[in-house]
Amino acid sequence: MAGASSQSGMTAALILIGKRFASSLLTLLMVSVTIFIIAQLLPGDAAQEALGQSATADQVAALRHEMGLDRPAHVRYVSWLTGMVSGDPGQSMVANMPVAEVISTRLPNSLLLAALTALVAIPVALSIGIGSAMNRGGRIDRALNIATLSMVAVPEFLVATIAVLIFSVKLRWLPSIAMASSDMDWGDYLRGVAMPILTLCVIVVAQMARMTRAAVIDQMDRPYVEMAVLKGVAPVRVVLKHIMPNAIAPIVNAMALSLSYLLGGAVIVETIFNYPGLASLMVNAVTSRDMPLLQACAMIFCTAYLILMLIADVTAILANPRLRAQ
Amino acid sequence: MIASALKRAKALPLSGKVGLALVIFWLLIALVGPMLAPYPIGAFVAYDVFDGQSADHWLGSDYLGRDVLSRLLSGARYTVGLAAAAALLASSTGTALALTAAVGGAKVDEPLSRFMDMLISIPSKIFSLVLVAAFGSSLGLLLLIAAFTYVPGNYRIARALAVNLAQMDYVQVAKVRGEGRFHIAIAEILPNMIHPLLADFGLRFVFIVLLLSGLSFLGLGVQPPDADLGSLVRENISGLGEGALAILAPAVAIATLTVGVNLLIDALPGQGKGR
Repeated sequence: MAGASSQSGMTAALILIGKRFASSLLTLLMVSVTIFIIAQLLPGDAAQEALGQSATADQVAALRHEMGLDRPAHVRYVSWLTGMVSGDPGQSMVANMPVAEVISTRLPNSLLLAALTALVAIPVALSIGIGSAMNRGGRIDRALNIATLSMVAVPEFLVATIAVLIFSVKLRWLPSIAMASSDMDWGDYLRGVAMPILTLCVIVVAQMARMTRAAVIDQMDRPYVEMAVLKGVAPVRVVLKHIMPNAIAPIVNAMALSLSYLLGGAVIVETIFNYPGLASLMVNAVTSRDMPLLQACAMIFCTAYLILMLIADVTAILANPRLRAQ
Repeated sequence: MIASALKRAKALPLSGKVGLALVIFWLLIALVGPMLAPYPIGAFVAYDVFDGQSADHWLGSDYLGRDVLSRLLSGARYTVGLAAAAALLASSTGTALALTAAVGGAKVDEPLSRFMDMLISIPSKIFSLVLVAAFGSSLGLLLLIAAFTYVPGNYRIARALAVNLAQMDYVQVAKVRGEGRFHIAIAEILPNMIHPLLADFGLRFVFIVLLLSGLSFLGLGVQPPDADLGSLVRENISGLGEGALAILAPAVAIATLTVGVNLLIDALPGQGKGR
């Protein structure tokens, strides 16, 4: 009996996850339409830009035909989207290389930076969040509240500037420019990316810790926690055994949300440290108005964001015992 | 009026008072700052570049030997003015759309909310970068871009508030009385959501200050000869190696502004606490 009912609970959860997945795909499709439309609003087009001011109308028309720009917008959209999906988002205008090739040299760097940041930030944020929740209303909690509240509002470049001043100007421990190349060994690489990671961590940890604290405190007010406290369970045990299993979904949710903040923060941090990642590539694409490259970068960032949101929601579904054991 | 405002300010916790003081300070600087500037904005007045603090130049000199304090005082006006205008535009547009959705029924609400949900799933910095690439970055466009980027966030919050209020008895009574939709939205619903909306306005303001100074820092925001605080950080970035005051001062200025607003909002009654 029990086996059968938990199985139907699993199917219910799977159906929910399937629906959530489908809606993410739909959102991604609409995002791609939006980005495509905005990129097309550009006055003058790629053919005009490539040939410059002195080109005759005939030359522009010929190149426009060659690039396929004279086709109606929806046809161009479909061919761009199918190209995107099959791994060929077009030709970068400035680098004169396939966009896929430009991105493939940068994407691993960005992923590595994000992974290392998450690796450092998550344990720190969890300890700060849970610690200040356990000390709720106390001095440590209030101090941490003010500290994280302030960190959330500090611009990334101030954190980066202060980090450079301390670690590379005064102490001379670390290089002020992040180098990353394939022939570096791990020690050199870590020294090179220490400051970008530190900067990103400061920003993300504050956000994450605040949300973790909120999630834990939300559980602390429930009757079952009061019951556990009243029967004399030690505070650490209350948090680990009673609160954590229930708070895990909102906490993972908070982690995913804060990590999505990394996407934006990386734009500034990669630029200030000259880190060869995807975000600094995107900034270059904006400066040089390289639309195919820009569209591809924007789509990668939006996809990453939607994946993080999906992870958050799926964890919430899986962690909900009412769904598992119906 | 003034007396009750003073009373409220006194009731704030210490962090809120600090926040309030910082906010008032920066509003005053934005209003009268350029008049207080000791030197003309673009004038080369120091013999040395990246001078430290001195009696003639309180915040030193920048990469061209200009007075940092004078440039900071005028940059603050751009940062505060642009962000306040953009936050006001974002909040009023978002709230107007939210009220339309709340009184317009499912036919209006459904498509509008779907559309906003879609916009919200584009990270704001990425979205604004695409917009800047497509439209450019004159002052007016920057204002519109920043406002447009933060409309969906305000819409989501305002809609949740408005839809709740629309179910209240007094709104139902107004409907039965035969009041029009416009009257219900403006006279019945809006006055009761003004407080949370003000807090949200503050948050939008902080986001927009960070977004605009971030864009200026990347060289994609306010263009020379105009300069906001983010541009000041960017133009002096070559002084980073010597730890120049010219790069620290504007960055710290932005931080005190945004942290001030954040502290103030957090200390408002009914806000913060567990958020």
